[in-house]
Parts: sequence; C-alpha cells; structure tokens
Amino acid sequence: MNNNSDHKYVIETHDLDIYYGTFKAVTDVNLQVERNAITAIIGPSGCGKSTLLRAFNRMNELYANSSIRGDVCFNGQDIYAREVDPVEVRYRVGMVFQKPNPFPKSIYENIAWTARIHGYKGKMDEIVESSLHQAALWDEVKDKLHQSGLSLSGGQQQRLCIARAISIQPEVILMDEPASALDPIATLKIEELMQELKKNYTIVIVTHNMQQAARASDYTAMMMLSRDGERSGTVIEFDETTRIFTNPKDKRTEDYVTGRFG
Amino acid sequence: MAELTLKKVETKAPAMNLRRKPRWGEMIIQGLLFFSGFFSILITLGIVYELGKEALLFFQMPGVDLLATVTTTEWKPHVNKFGIWPLLTSTMMTTFIAMLIAIPLGMSVAIYLSEYATPRVRSTLKPILEVLAGIPTIVYGYFALTFMTPILREIFGRDVVQIYNTGSAGLVMGILILPLISSMTEDALSAVPRSLREAAYGVGATKLEVAVQIVVPAALSGIAAAIIVGISRAIGETMIVAVAAGAGPNFTFSPFVGAETITGHIVRISGGDLSYDSIDYNSIFALGLFLFIITLTLNIISQAIVRRFREVYE
Amino acid sequence: MKEQAVVQGFANDLEGRKRKGVIWHVFFQISTVVGIIALIALLLNVIDGAFGYVAYEARVDPDTLAVNGTPIEDQSKEQLVALLQSSLSSGAYNKLDKEKPFADRSREEVYQLVVERIIRPKVVQVWKLWPSLTQADQIRATVEQDHPGAELDFVSWLTTDFVTRPQSSEPLTAGVRTAILGSLWTILFTILLAFPIGVGAAIYLEEYAAENWFNRIIQTNINNLAGVPSIVYGILGLAIFVRALEAFTSGKMFGIVNLTSANGRTVLSAGFTLGLLVLPIVIINAQEAIRAVPRSLRNASFGVGATKWQTVWSHVLPNAMPGILTGTILAISRAIGETAPLVVVGASTAISFDPSSPFSKFTTLPIQIYQWTSRPQDEFRSLAAASILVLLVLLLSLNASAVLLRNRFSRRF
Repeated sequence: MNNNSDHKYVIETHDLDIYYGTFKAVTDVNLQVERNAITAIIGPSGCGKSTLLRAFNRMNELYANSSIRGDVCFNGQDIYAREVDPVEVRYRVGMVFQKPNPFPKSIYENIAWTARIHGYKGKMDEIVESSLHQAALWDEVKDKLHQSGLSLSGGQQQRLCIARAISIQPEVILMDEPASALDPIATLKIEELMQELKKNYTIVIVTHNMQQAARASDYTAMMMLSRDGERSGTVIEFDETTRIFTNPKDKRTEDYVTGRFG
Repeated sequence: MAELTLKKVETKAPAMNLRRKPRWGEMIIQGLLFFSGFFSILITLGIVYELGKEALLFFQMPGVDLLATVTTTEWKPHVNKFGIWPLLTSTMMTTFIAMLIAIPLGMSVAIYLSEYATPRVRSTLKPILEVLAGIPTIVYGYFALTFMTPILREIFGRDVVQIYNTGSAGLVMGILILPLISSMTEDALSAVPRSLREAAYGVGATKLEVAVQIVVPAALSGIAAAIIVGISRAIGETMIVAVAAGAGPNFTFSPFVGAETITGHIVRISGGDLSYDSIDYNSIFALGLFLFIITLTLNIISQAIVRRFREVYE
Repeated sequence: MKEQAVVQGFANDLEGRKRKGVIWHVFFQISTVVGIIALIALLLNVIDGAFGYVAYEARVDPDTLAVNGTPIEDQSKEQLVALLQSSLSSGAYNKLDKEKPFADRSREEVYQLVVERIIRPKVVQVWKLWPSLTQADQIRATVEQDHPGAELDFVSWLTTDFVTRPQSSEPLTAGVRTAILGSLWTILFTILLAFPIGVGAAIYLEEYAAENWFNRIIQTNINNLAGVPSIVYGILGLAIFVRALEAFTSGKMFGIVNLTSANGRTVLSAGFTLGLLVLPIVIINAQEAIRAVPRSLRNASFGVGATKWQTVWSHVLPNAMPGILTGTILAISRAIGETAPLVVVGASTAISFDPSSPFSKFTTLPIQIYQWTSRPQDEFRSLAAASILVLLVLLLSLNASAVLLRNRFSRRF
C-alpha cells in the first residue's frame, strides 16, 4: 500500500460524489492526476470546481456536514478510508487558496511554524530561505523577513503562501484560483512559478480563466452542471490541454472554450 | 537489491503512511475542552439537585405543607406559617411597576435609536445606556432609598409613603431594566429588512407610520422576547428590593408600604448566621428553586420566540 | 367612473399626519433623555451623599490634649503613644500593644488610635452636599442651637484615608481597605475558575463540537444559565462550596486552621460562586471572539497539515485573545459589582482583619455598601456614597481598559 511507485497517477477519483448535507454538489467524477504535471480544472462558476479540489486533501470536511461517496486515491491509497488521518493527507497534499491567507505572523514565522509543526529539526534559516527561493520571493523579502506577512502586496502574499506550502515538501499542491485576486503582472509571476514547481511537484489548479488554463496546464478537466436541470456539477471532459482547446469532443466544452457559453 | 534502488530513485517523499497515529496530547486537550463545555451542564444539574433536595426537606418539615404554602397569605417562619403569597405579591408588585416604566420607555428608546437617530447620535447614546446597564444593582438600591423614596414621600405625603416601599424599588428597577429592553428591542427592529421599510415609504408613508405600523409589528416577536427577558430579570432582581422595598413579608397591593419580595427575603434570612438544616435554611432553597423555575421558564419561552422570529427573516 | 369615485374618497390629511409624526418623534426623544437623566441623577445623588457638613461632638476636646502649645495633629508618634499610655487603663493599653506592638505601628495608626480611643468623636448630624453649599449659614445656626459643644466641619467622605483605612464601626474613622482587598481576593478566584473553563468551553463549542443534540443542549444550557438570577448562584454556592466542600474551602483539608475562617464562608467560596455566575458570560463572549477569527486563517493552517489543536493554539487563540480578554473583563466587572450571591454565601458583617489567604473571612466593596446603606443613620449613608464612588471608579477603569484593549487590537484582517 505504501509503495507509491506502482502508481502512475498521484491522485485518482472513482465515481466520486460530494454532498453538502443532502445537496449533491459534485456527481460521478473519474479523474486521474498525472505526476509532475499541471492539471487544470475549468468550468463556469458554481459548478463545483473548488469543492472537487478540496476533496483531494479532505479540506471539504471542514465545511459543515460535507460528505463523499466513491473514493479518492492518493498514490493508490484511499484517503477517505477509516484509518487515514486527514492531517497526514494534508501534509502530503498541500493547498493554496483563492485569497492569499498568510498567517498574521512574520514572513519568517509563516514558514518556520509550518516546518516546526511537522517536526522539522534542521536549520530553520535554511528551510525558510530555500522555500522562499523556490517560490521566487527571496529577493523581494530577504531584508524584511521579520515583518508581518500581511505587509506584503497581494501577489507577494500569494507567493508566500506557496512558499509555505512547499516548505514541507508535499507531493501535490492544490491551487484554488490562486491568481483570481491578483493583477495581471502578479498573475504572470504565479504562472511562471507553477512551471518551475512542476519539476518537483504535482499541481492541480482550479481556474475560471481559460487563457490561464491554456497557457499553464498540461491536462484540463472541464466541469459543468449536469444537463437535466440539476444543480450538481460533473467533469464532462478530461484530456490533454491542447486537445481540450483545439479539438474538444464535447459540444459544451467547445462552446465554453470558444466563449459561446452563456 | 535492484528493487530497492529503483524505489529510492522514484520515491520522493519518505515512505508514505497516512495511517492515524495516536496523538495523545491532542486527545488529552480535547478531553479537557470537552470537560469545560460539559461543566455548564454540571452547574445546572447542581442547581436542580441541591435546590431540589433541600426544597424537598423543607416540605417534609413538620408544619410545612405544599397546599398551605400556595393557598395561605402569611409567611411567618417563627410560627411555622409558610404561605408564599405575601412574598409573591410583592415580587409581582415590584416587577409590575418596573415593567410599567421599562416597557414604554425601553421601546421608545429602541424606536428612536433604530428609526430616528443619526449614526452619530446613536453611537453616543448607546454607550450611555450601556453604562446604565453596567452599574451594580446595589448602587441602584442606594439610589432608590436615598433619592426615589424621598421624592415619592414629597409627592404623596410622608404619612402615605413609608420609608421602605415597593413603589420606589419598582421604579428604580424599571430604570435598571430599561437598557436591557431597549437593546434587545433595537436588535429586533434592526433585523427587519430594509425592503419592508422601503415598500412603506414607497407608498408615501411618514416616518412614524413606517416605524409604528410596519417595523414594530414586523419585529413584534423579538419585542415580546425582550419584554419576557425583562420580566424574568425583574423577578430575580435582588439588591434594589433588599435595600428599598422593606423587610418583613406583607400581604399588600399598595406600592407605598414596605413588603418583602422572594429575593429580598432570601437575602435577609441568609444575612444572619444561618444554621444548616434549620427551617430557614431549607426555606431559602425552596424559594430559590421557585425563582429558578420561573425565570428559566421565561427565558426558554423568550428564546423560543426569538428562534421562530429568526426563521422568518433569515 | 368607479375609479374616479375611489380617488375622491381620499381625505389625505398630510398636515395632521406630519404633526402626529413630530409629536411622537419628540416623545421618543424624551424617553431617551429620561434614561440619560436617570443616569445623571444617580451619579449626582451619590456625589451629593459623599460630601457635606458633619457636626460631631468629641468626648475629649482635642485642644486640651495639646502639649506645650503643640496641637495634637502635629505631635510626634512618641508623644501620642505616651498620651495613650496615660489616658487608657493599663489593661487596654497592653491589649493594644499585644495586637500589634506600638513600635511597629506607624504614626498615622497611632494617631488614629488616639482619635478612636481618647477623643472619640461622635457624629451628631450630617448634611448632604447640596444643602451644605446652599444653606451653610442655616446649618451653622442649627448646630450652635442644638449641639452647642459640637464641631462643624465640611468633609469629603471620600479621601485617600478612606480608601486605605480598615473597616471600623466608627463612621469618622471607617475605611474600605478591608472591603477592597476582599473584592480583589474574591475576584482572583473568580478569574481562576471562570477564565480557563470559560475559554475552554468556548473553544470546544466553536472548534470541536459536532453539530448534534448533545452539543446543542450544552449551548442552550449556557444561554439559559446566563439568565438565572444571581441569587440562585448564591444559594448554589452556599450548598456546594460552603457546606459540601467545607473541608476544602475552609482550608482544613490542607491542615490550615485559620481562626479568621468561618466554616467555609471564605474568600475562596465567594470567588468560586461568582466564578460560576460569570462563567456563561465568559463563554458567550469568548465564543463571539473566536467566531470573529476568519475562516481563511483556519484553512491556511489546516492546508499545511496542522492538527486541530495546533491551529487553535497558534492561530485562532492569539487572534481571538483581545476579544476574549475584553469579554472577560466585562464579565469580571459584573462579578465585582455583585452583592446578593455573596450575602447568601455568607459575607461577614464585621471583620477587623484584612483577608490574607484564600481561607479568610471576607467582605467586599458592594457588601460594605449594602451594610452601610442598610443602617438608618445618615453618616453611614455618606460612607455608602463614598464607597459607591470607589466602586464606580474601579468599574470605570476596568471598562476603560476593556475599550482600550478592543481599540488597540481591533481587527487586523
């Protein structure tokens, strides 16, 4: 079970349904996330993209009476199995949120605290520096490491959140519209950073920005509310990004990526 | 060997184990937190058990019986007379007088703050009312005795108004409860959706018509809840009546003579050295239980009303 | 045609409606003003009682105690001790010396003894501030006529001496030090009980409790407890802390046999009783503060794989703490002003010793006010007024610190 090399896909879902109480928000998702690649989840707002993403590291459990049916496997292991600790899952599958949410502590502490709770005993300065380097933030903050994380600009805050996420070296980083609150230049920086990060990490990103998905991702999952008037979302097409954008199989995908979708 | 090497190359993170590890520290802390939450239940159980137990002992004492307690009008412990009515009527008197002041004034203040006052006026007036609510009740007791009573005696005559009287205590209690009623009523008024007011203004209603005929009826259940909480507070209020309403049970409906309320009686009886298992000792538990049940019932009714009210607008 | 008729049916008396509006507007405004007037009247009434003329007669005229032209006020400690020795019976003098050797007493204390034991002023009449200001001549005339030997002084009952002097049955030398210390001791134990349990319960309900019937009962129960009359808590405290846990609250359990402790009617019992009383308030306020911490912060922490307690301890609590402290201070000021439960628990009517341990007898500031207010003599009412001022100043500074705390740390998100 612990042998993750057997598994081609880092994350796989099988017939995944996600509920809030009795409301089924996401229906019947079968998805395979490729290792060291960027997988984008696109679709109109309210179709359950973020809900699906949160199910990948059990963040959805923090919302009142959310539950799932089907399973989500991380390296072949069902993360919703009884004996699995969600804390361990989130340790391996990190998350970056829509709105930058650094801890109201110093830049240094944002990373040091994260490393410390996972029992990091090495040189703290080193892990802070290397994390900030990887997040392409070091040069901008190296002189003010002890200022509050909240004193940074929005784009810098988001990169700090990325640095924080990678400081504990997860396998997967989930990104929930990480650039939607940022200006175009900051957005570009995040996208460049993602390309850099995918050498070492697997990235799943939710975005409502199709250009971003086309530019930055390797695979794309198209989500939409299921047809028959239900308010439940599902993945209608999943393929390599280039094929989704040039030669989609589903008419609805085509309408959406060409901007004809209402 | 070959397999091992292969693994080493392909595995990036340390061998994965998502299994739950026992986190003892977390479990102990969670246990402590749960105990803290549960502690409040223990308080309630303690109140019910202790008061119930001693109240039961009280009714088992020779010369005490429940029927006589609820039907007779003399409370004289030294001759074994335990008719609760004199204590009850004076409690009702002070509460009634207090509400006579607190309901109209409290509601007017709430309507003024919620519908008329500018934000600036409101932000100055509200803290003042909060100060009024934060003054210890013993200070109100002093106020009743040294300010309100002399005024009443001046107005109605010294031979009419006794030094200790329920009227003065009730009036001052009304001032004490005013901020409570006004702030709860104001919450209820401000929960009425703006669209309702706009609808009324849209058909040409005046400010008064909107406030009194649209907003107040819409907030009626919240206002009712406020009034019930006010009554409950008045019934349980102790120091004002202990200082100003007089010592000694007195079966009367005159606001100008002294009469001891339930709370006032408990305070006076326990002021001396109360010996355990005496009839006085047990009687305060019976009275306390009575108070607890009444105020608890009122509070539960009030909360039920508020809950229903919320369902309508949210 | 029909519609036309309906339109004609309107008799819109806009003027009348407006007039009515103005009248009620004024009425609402007046109601609000009444509240403010009540507050002002209350404060003025207290101030009125705390200052004014006092006529008193001394058993021994202080002027006769002057030595070589040095008035009694300016004499040294040694002179005063000698005076005591010569004026009191040797038994009484030795008794005083045994209580606390004269060598250890300060000049002020000795002077106070001289006043109490030799001069022994007795108040014959007091006047409130307003008559003292407006009818001074009349008062002087009355005193000269009715009490020819009496001294008439304009006094402030509230002085620094009043705050630092111990309790006494003599109005002119009584103070509230014992009561203030009693209040502080009591509040210490109130905080020790209510703060940890209150914050713990709030964390449990906000962060841990699942949405189920059991936790709903806990929450409802807390809301209900907040509305239970304080005197009921007093009765509970009497049954639990004073009686059932006497061995603990009187200190017997710890082998402490304190002569000043009275069968569990101690500072400890009083503090815990008030702790139970304010616990629901602390919980409700702390819950509000914890709820105000944004969800994004919790997400950030859980997102990097923190456990629940790591999240609560490192992020939720530090950010909720100003709110929690503000709420706790407000709850504490409620406890400081409480009287009724402490009367039931068994506050002492007269104690001459400052509380010195959890197992001491106690009185508190509100209890002291209650006892002085209940005395029929006007001079005790004046003492009550002065102690009310002390209590209000104490509460005011507590509330001010709560407001400061709230403003200083107001939302950083």
